[in-house]
Amino acid sequence: MLVNGEQWDGPAGVTIAELVAGRGLPVRGVAVARNGEVVPRSRWEVVTLHPGDTVDIVTAVAGG
Amino acid sequence: MSATAAPEDSRPVPEPAGDDDPFVIAGEELASRLILGTGGMRSLDELRGALVASGTAMATVAVRRVGPGGPGGLLALLDELGIRVLPNTAGCGTAAEALLTARLAREAFGTSWVKVEVIADDDTLLPDAIELVDAAADLVDDGFTVLAYTNDDPVLATRLEQAGCAAVMPLGAPIGTGLGIRNPHNIELIASRLTVPVILDAGIGTASDACLAMELGCAGVLAASAVTRAQHPSLMARALADGVAAGRAAARAGRIPRRHLAEASSPAAGRVTLSGSPAGTAGSGR
Repeated sequence: MLVNGEQWDGPAGVTIAELVAGRGLPVRGVAVARNGEVVPRSRWEVVTLHPGDTVDIVTAVAGG
Repeated sequence: MSATAAPEDSRPVPEPAGDDDPFVIAGEELASRLILGTGGMRSLDELRGALVASGTAMATVAVRRVGPGGPGGLLALLDELGIRVLPNTAGCGTAAEALLTARLAREAFGTSWVKVEVIADDDTLLPDAIELVDAAADLVDDGFTVLAYTNDDPVLATRLEQAGCAAVMPLGAPIGTGLGIRNPHNIELIASRLTVPVILDAGIGTASDACLAMELGCAGVLAASAVTRAQHPSLMARALADGVAAGRAAARAGRIPRRHLAEASSPAAGRVTLSGSPAGTAGSGR
């Protein structure tokens, strides 16, 4: 799996909620896209990740 | 001051935004016509000072991958100060990228407002007009309240309004240049032709630029680098706020027309003349 552009060898079937929590990230102010599609927070517990998936975890940074 | 100054001091001060001159985007009133970009600040503390000094009610943030240090304190700071978050799609080069970024922002920050930017290249950071109109239409279709960063082109601005944008944000000059308003005529045209708020975005270098934008009829000003990269950001934030307020008041006051020749403000009648001087040939007073 590719998480934020870096290879990640997490267990197949890991949920997005587990991925986010495992990185010590807060739920608020964070969003996740899997394979270019936003995964709503309400589905983080049920959407699972598999080899070959690309995940982006984003937040706010200072910007014009 | 002496007593003679009293009458001037007691003149009514022009109303700031609010009360009888509300600044409204998509039906929501903002307490300030100055929107601040947060990019380029050296520290969160410095940003806090500038945000407070500016009196802004809305500030932009960018959407990026979470770094190793986590999300940082930006959202918490804006939350604490009661400042609305306006996510942007900075860095996007296509309508599809802008749509994904906006959807991520909506999910992360719980707002459907977005400042859409679709940039053509990294040297000019100028908007790609074709992708921009596509992105704006897609975002409106997807339920976003869209504020569109655009070129200073009146035709393109009209297209964006027709696409359903809640505000149109023409640039004064390329992002980060501080070159001011390079085409005041176009900005004035845009402001006069659109019914949605027109917010001057990009190019502001100093307070007089912000003031001019408002005098030209803009409803608001967005500034980022002008504040965050100033030697004293808080002081510049305050200066821009004053410039916006002064320009707005001037626009509402109705300036005098420009004339080629002088027009006396003192009456011609009753002038004291020396005997023999050709009265009436030397003008009509001052």
